[in-house]
Amino acid sequence: MSKTDSKKDSKDESTNGKEPARWDPGVHSYASMGYYNADYVPKDTDILAVFRVTPQPGVDPIEASAAVAGESSTATWTVVWTDRLTAHEHYQAKCYRVDEVPGRENEYFAYVAYDIDLFEEGSIANLTSSIIGNVFGFKPLSALRLEDMRIPVAYVKTFQGPAHGIVMEREILNKYGRPLLGATVKPKLGLSARNYGRVVYEACRGGLDFTKDDENINSQPFMRWRDRYLYAMEGVNKAVADTGEIKGHYLNVTAATVEQMYERAEFAKELGSVIIMIDLTIGYSAMQSMANWARANSVLLHLHRAGHGTYTRQKTHGVSFRVIAKWCRLIGVDHIHAGTVVGKLEGDPATTRGFYDTLRENYIPTNPGNGIYFDQDWASMPGCMPVASGGIHAGQMHQLLDHLGEDVILQFGGGTIGHPLGIGAGAEANRVALEAMVKARNEGRDFVKEGPDILRKAAKGCHPLEVALDTWGDITFDYTSTDAPDVVPTPNA
Amino acid sequence: MLLRHGAFSYLPDLTDEEIGAQVKYVLDKGWPVSIEYTDDPHPRNVYWEMWGLPMFDLDEPDGVLSEINECRNTFPNHYVRVLAYDASLGRQTTGLSFLVQRPEKELGFRLDRTEAQGRVQRYALHPYSTEPPPGERYKRSDNGST
Repeated sequence: MSKTDSKKDSKDESTNGKEPARWDPGVHSYASMGYYNADYVPKDTDILAVFRVTPQPGVDPIEASAAVAGESSTATWTVVWTDRLTAHEHYQAKCYRVDEVPGRENEYFAYVAYDIDLFEEGSIANLTSSIIGNVFGFKPLSALRLEDMRIPVAYVKTFQGPAHGIVMEREILNKYGRPLLGATVKPKLGLSARNYGRVVYEACRGGLDFTKDDENINSQPFMRWRDRYLYAMEGVNKAVADTGEIKGHYLNVTAATVEQMYERAEFAKELGSVIIMIDLTIGYSAMQSMANWARANSVLLHLHRAGHGTYTRQKTHGVSFRVIAKWCRLIGVDHIHAGTVVGKLEGDPATTRGFYDTLRENYIPTNPGNGIYFDQDWASMPGCMPVASGGIHAGQMHQLLDHLGEDVILQFGGGTIGHPLGIGAGAEANRVALEAMVKARNEGRDFVKEGPDILRKAAKGCHPLEVALDTWGDITFDYTSTDAPDVVPTPNA
Repeated sequence: MLLRHGAFSYLPDLTDEEIGAQVKYVLDKGWPVSIEYTDDPHPRNVYWEMWGLPMFDLDEPDGVLSEINECRNTFPNHYVRVLAYDASLGRQTTGLSFLVQRPEKELGFRLDRTEAQGRVQRYALHPYSTEPPPGERYKRSDNGST
């Protein structure tokens, strides 16, 4: 005790009382240690984050927010004298703003600024170990969600970015002015390699640009990876010869180790595939390795966001997908699944629009209605092509074009392979519906309103489209979204 | 065989009126338009022959349509496409491309295979049209050629 007292006395003398008790051993409030500073003005080079904080009962929201800043940067649970060996004020993150979440009880948006020096250049693994590291298990919080981040240009420029990007992808494929079309081979599991290649061939021959391995197709007993690659590329090449246009099959190289992924990617390249695929489950470092490989080998890189729903879907917990989208653009994938609005999977229109803007645009201004909390400047880093997949069909083409625009890959899995007249007919129906809708849009027609008529008219010259509309025309997935931005009240779709 | 090339290759061939509407759309965006033709439809044949230079600063599609027709009349047996170019920062690429003429009889492609080790096939795409020299590749049945 006496020792503590004497230290306190000596400290008070040395600092002239400017930092009373700051260096006392023991547990202090995070706010009092400098992790909350309402006067702090973020620097252009700071990395900014906004968290949705749900404090435990009785915990002050400012203190909870300061704790988030502290635990995601320099702080530990107690005062350590070794902080005094550093320029600690430079390294400590500062919570500079705390807002109540409108319409939600005991939830707060906490804005935190991190100096760029806290992070290794070009490393998502390092960035995430800080920002979503220990802090998510911190006891004084009952829940925490990372809503958005502002990546400063100075940090953006330390990343490779998309291996090729939207513009180069279009030039590789020689396809302009319309969304691209794809389909995931179904059933997801169980097909032999020979039957699998048949689906690839029929779908590409019928009019799709791409077919795709599913996320959990890797190298199982029913179909080993090498056999799948050989038969899929036979299907792709036959379809190219039948149509005279470039086609591709996303060959999933996801495997247990990065060495195995390199082996699979090299074989895909040797076979002439224009594209390979990875799953989000391989981890950020492995994704960066494969993005570097894709750039070096002139092969497009598709990312399936397998597993993201475990931490992106609930409003109060985890990491918003808009943040995952930003990290993936930095990491350097060319494609990323980003929602359909109208399909079977989660996605409110405004939130999904925010994801698409984040992936495609060069400068995205703050837009709370779409869940965009900060201005984001990508400094000419190429865009990622968003992929819309899951429960969409030709009868929704006008809505898809309206919501998702032109730089998007529309993937109709069941909507191609489940067509009553066969896979080729399903593919043709989707392609005719797409081209008819783009043509009508360019002609200046009100294609959203007239969409069903435009499709019916196109179907007069295309029997497969007529059958598709008769089979699925009325199917919708009309459920309330769980993940909608709360800053501005928005009606759910 | 119908060559699938450009944004509207699964629709019936566009009429001149429909072509005009698409050209109007791209001109309203401020995109210059160019016309290109070829008798080698290989999908990796990026550089079709240019019918003059890109047409900048047009407001109405009439001028483009008359150039399209002149190109068609000069090369009645070739593929002809219209390209619109988006020069804006971050794009600097083609914004829209579509066919405005096909040869009367499209010959298609042969898929050549070479067997390699480990069941690998090396594929090569061979347009049948490229066997004769350029300019003698597609023949029309109505002008007596074979």
